[in-house]
Amino acid sequence: MSTEVKQKESLFSKKNQRLLSDPFNDNNPITVQVLGICSALAITVKLEPAIVMSLSVMFVLAAGNVIISLIRNLIPNRIRIIVQLVVVASLVILVDQFLKAYAYDVSKQLSVFVGLIITNCIIMGRFEAFALGNGPWKAFMDGIGNSIGYGVILIAVAFFRELLGSGALLGFQVIPDSWYITNGGFYANNGFFLFPPMALIVVGLIIWAQRAKNTKLIEEK
Amino acid sequence: MKFVQNIFDQTRPLVEKDGKRNILYPLHNALETMAFVPNHTAHAGAHIRDAIDLKRTMVTVIFAMVPALLFGMWNIGRLHYGAIGLEATLLDNFLFGALKLLPLITVTYAAGLGVEIFFSWKRNHPVNEGFLVSGLLIPLIMPVDIPLWMVAASTIFAVLIGKEVFGGTGMNLLNPALTARAFAFFAYPTWMSGDQVWINTSGGDIVDGYSGATAMGDLATTVGQGLGNPSMETVMAQFGPEGTYSLMNAFLGLIPGSIGETSALLILLGGLFLIFKGVGSWKIMLSFFLGGLVMAGIFNAFAVNEFMGLNPIHQLMLGGFIFGMVFMATDPVSAAQTETGKYIYGFFAGFFGIMIRVFNPAYPEGIMLAILFMNVMAPLIDHYVIEANIKRREKRLSNPKTT
Repeated sequence: MSTEVKQKESLFSKKNQRLLSDPFNDNNPITVQVLGICSALAITVKLEPAIVMSLSVMFVLAAGNVIISLIRNLIPNRIRIIVQLVVVASLVILVDQFLKAYAYDVSKQLSVFVGLIITNCIIMGRFEAFALGNGPWKAFMDGIGNSIGYGVILIAVAFFRELLGSGALLGFQVIPDSWYITNGGFYANNGFFLFPPMALIVVGLIIWAQRAKNTKLIEEK
Repeated sequence: MKFVQNIFDQTRPLVEKDGKRNILYPLHNALETMAFVPNHTAHAGAHIRDAIDLKRTMVTVIFAMVPALLFGMWNIGRLHYGAIGLEATLLDNFLFGALKLLPLITVTYAAGLGVEIFFSWKRNHPVNEGFLVSGLLIPLIMPVDIPLWMVAASTIFAVLIGKEVFGGTGMNLLNPALTARAFAFFAYPTWMSGDQVWINTSGGDIVDGYSGATAMGDLATTVGQGLGNPSMETVMAQFGPEGTYSLMNAFLGLIPGSIGETSALLILLGGLFLIFKGVGSWKIMLSFFLGGLVMAGIFNAFAVNEFMGLNPIHQLMLGGFIFGMVFMATDPVSAAQTETGKYIYGFFAGFFGIMIRVFNPAYPEGIMLAILFMNVMAPLIDHYVIEANIKRREKRLSNPKTT
């Protein structure tokens, strides 16, 4: 008979803190795992939708992780993907309805991409890789951590795209009107930043900068 | 010469590894090797296969560009004085163009070399000569009135994303000069297309009947109007033997366009020089031309609008086709490397170039996009050419009688 007593872990132990901080840098879902790229390209033209998107993903991922973690011992292994999809889909519908009710303009801008959170690889990835094997509190922390890692990149990309592409931040004109060539100045917005390929290049530059700083991410040859 | 040598000798301790200004070492080194024969010696046995090196190759290409460059200067002045209705001598035209073009060239070199030197310093290697050609190509494919900072931004983007990200000169997937143009085209469309940017009209009243559009811009208006539509007659008259864009004018280069791309004759002259010196691949140029000719021929045969109906040879003389063929597609780094691959690469670059230009009037410079596309495809082409070669030889090995 085993006499081992499971050590009770405190809620914010070192290990649990790592669940929050890891996805921020060493294991970032976008820049290291390269998941969830579609939405990073599609909704980062402006800062506002990017922030709303990040919050929506945070809600879906954290809540979904907890739910999956709670029922992880009840799900028959062979149909687990279907169960996971049902959970995400219900949560996404909640988010969609909420946005339509309280933030209609943003919901219009995000259009189909709210619904497409269902197919965001990060969410299914975390369900499969983490929530199915860990308790609800850990799963919650993991969900929050990953969605922050996702949101930070999304917001950084959107920051550059809105600033350089439209000369604004969160819809407010940042670059003075008098700078523009049409008003006798010298400046012009960079239209390339409004196209999705530029988002890919910005993500690439972020990955480059991150790897230059954090050399352990570089694969050994 | 002794005096210059002394300057280099005196400043060397400052920029060497422990020196105060070691960030400037690549610049020092680059200028020194440009001025003098480097005194490096090989430590192990040298493997000389050819007396030509990167620097000589690059300078050869620059020589080949000179006719188009000089013509571009003259053409800027000619169009300028023509548009404001002033009589001008050959020298006036030339000087005006030179004053417009020199800042462009200076800014391009400053921006591009700045990035190159920064990376040489970071990566601890001498500055490559790779930018010498790109730095002269970029001004030649820009409209004359583009603001200088846009040129600088495009150049920095091109050197950074087109080249340094992949490891610098010799490792780039895309042609840096075309990357710069593509960036400018998508980022600042108002300054890269339309009828405002190709001719400088400052300092005078615009004459009657002046049109600032290019041949490509005018042709784009005919798309969707059907063949033989009477409302397109005035547009198409310009392409007739007496018009502004007649075959002869297009061939000689007396038309508006990017600075260096207009004169097919002088670009072809540069191309012959490149082929003669063995620097540019005649296989790419030939197959590029044939690719364009085939596509233009197909369009001509099944024309549904005046753009398609244009005489194939005339079609190829307009826009950036000839310039892309001679100076862009032949870039030895981003083109296909295998000999068979060069035919395939060139053919499709020309083929798609004409196709993009005619099918999508929003992209009048389809040549640029086609060459960039084939740059990306070149490694794939090479891969299959090599695979095919291996298969062929394996077959010969397994049944030797059939050979």
